[in-house]
Amino acid sequence: MAHQISVFAENKPGRIEKITRLFWKEKVNIRAITISSANGFGVIKVLVDQPQKAFDALRAEGLPVYQQEVIAISMDDQPGELYKVARVLSENNINIEDSYGFVVKNREKAVLVLQVESQPQTQSILEKNGFQLLTDEEIYQY
Amino acid sequence: MYWEKDIETINRDDLKKLQSERIKKTMVQAKKTSYYRDLFQEQHIDPDTIQTPEDLRMIPPTTKENLRSGFPFGFLATSLDEVVRLHSSSGTTGTPTVIYHTAEDLVNWTNLLARSLYMVGMRKSDTFQNMMSYGLFTGGLGMHYGGEKIGALVIPIGAGNSKRQIWFLKNFKTTVIHIIPSYALLLSNLIKNEDLDPKKDLNLRIILLGAEPHSEETRKRVEELYGAKAFNSYGLSEMNGPGVAFECPFQNGSHLWEDAYVLEILNPKTMEPCAPGELGEIVLTSIDRKATPIIRYQTKDLAYLIDGPCPCGRTHSRISRIQGRTDDMFIYHGVNIFPIQVEKVLMNNPEVGSNYRIVLERQDYRDTMKVEVEIKSELFFGELQKLERLRERIQAELRSETLVTPEVALLEPETLPTSEGKAQRVFDNRQL
Repeated sequence: MAHQISVFAENKPGRIEKITRLFWKEKVNIRAITISSANGFGVIKVLVDQPQKAFDALRAEGLPVYQQEVIAISMDDQPGELYKVARVLSENNINIEDSYGFVVKNREKAVLVLQVESQPQTQSILEKNGFQLLTDEEIYQY
Repeated sequence: MYWEKDIETINRDDLKKLQSERIKKTMVQAKKTSYYRDLFQEQHIDPDTIQTPEDLRMIPPTTKENLRSGFPFGFLATSLDEVVRLHSSSGTTGTPTVIYHTAEDLVNWTNLLARSLYMVGMRKSDTFQNMMSYGLFTGGLGMHYGGEKIGALVIPIGAGNSKRQIWFLKNFKTTVIHIIPSYALLLSNLIKNEDLDPKKDLNLRIILLGAEPHSEETRKRVEELYGAKAFNSYGLSEMNGPGVAFECPFQNGSHLWEDAYVLEILNPKTMEPCAPGELGEIVLTSIDRKATPIIRYQTKDLAYLIDGPCPCGRTHSRISRIQGRTDDMFIYHGVNIFPIQVEKVLMNNPEVGSNYRIVLERQDYRDTMKVEVEIKSELFFGELQKLERLRERIQAELRSETLVTPEVALLEPETLPTSEGKAQRVFDNRQL
């Protein structure tokens, strides 16, 4: 299982800087980051190599932070790979709450991050369908 | 159960007789002040004919501005030799207002406080930490002497210095505190930051909330946070200070001590008396004070009379919580709004903290109202949609409470300034 860290931030200059400076100080490496915002505030989601350390550091700063398990699927970086995943999810009537992807290892491999409501169930469905799910460590072994 | 059963449960006819006697004495004193002597002359009022609560209505009300204009001795009815203390409220506009007390005045005031504190259950076995500022402000010294009169152990710690407050709460097993409601909410967080549970690790059983109007929701939150009973204390420096009206154990309105004050609730526009349940301005006459008689003082506090007898057996009229002040009220899109209405909505949403701010701006002749509130770290679950739904919900609740639709800004925790005194809630930046 991979872990995702979400941080609440007001939509104003310097928020990302504050968070990334903290990661730099704590020597936490970021693999993926997404930002969504609405009406003056936003949520920053990151996938990092040391989620617990990142979580503790953000909390110590007094920032509203949340850690949760997400599904990280390993895929080959080629056409049709995302479709395979989407098909399985669709066939099993699983709704995606949030998702993002990134390419690793010089365009050989890609990782799709999925946030769904029924996490364990989805996980076993994906595994049954032959997908490789990554842990925090594995994401970084790429 | 009663500090003075005879007075607290006096029948209304006898109460009126007592008031009338004291009104006559008050008129004798008023005649000795330069302010009322001039007023009586100007208005052709013979103070000797003012003998009952109804008669008082022949005298024009006294305002804060009148008190200021009488600075320093315009309202003094005794020689300075008889005066043993003064209290003063600074006010923000310059000239202070001053209230003088004879030794007897202080005894009477202290007695009102002892009566109030005894009513909410305070006894001599209690340890009472008085977190109001001492000095010219009446909340500190006034309540202090009331606590001593009951025989409680009084800790005159004063306001602020939260770390020291917590240290005393813990080490002296304080059972009663007197605190400003917004500070009570703030302090509970600071207590938790010290790894203490305000419910389990402290011994509080009674919380006296004063100096700031607050909502029923705020009281409930304070009671939950500390696991203690919270009571509303009402007073103002012009009427001595705390001890004007106080909630009884039934927590349904505050008994206004009518042996010391004549109560009127008046429609602010017509100055006619309001029926029970009808919101109006509290107007008070001190009738048990020798050095500084004040007749029909316009408090600017808005409340209503609660009808019917109180199950506690006390016969003194009950007033509602202060629903707003005629002067912290603001008008937005033609609607009168009080910060307490906003507070009520925010308190019903546990995802947001207790500190908030209302900012009014005017851009291109268009007014905007923004309610800023901090989200609570422990109730953040990582999702933007949930926050957006929370924001929309607060906005909808504010709309149904105030009839206008303000913007709602969710802020990071601890970004709004905190206050150990009266919190400023409304920031009106509109240029008229």
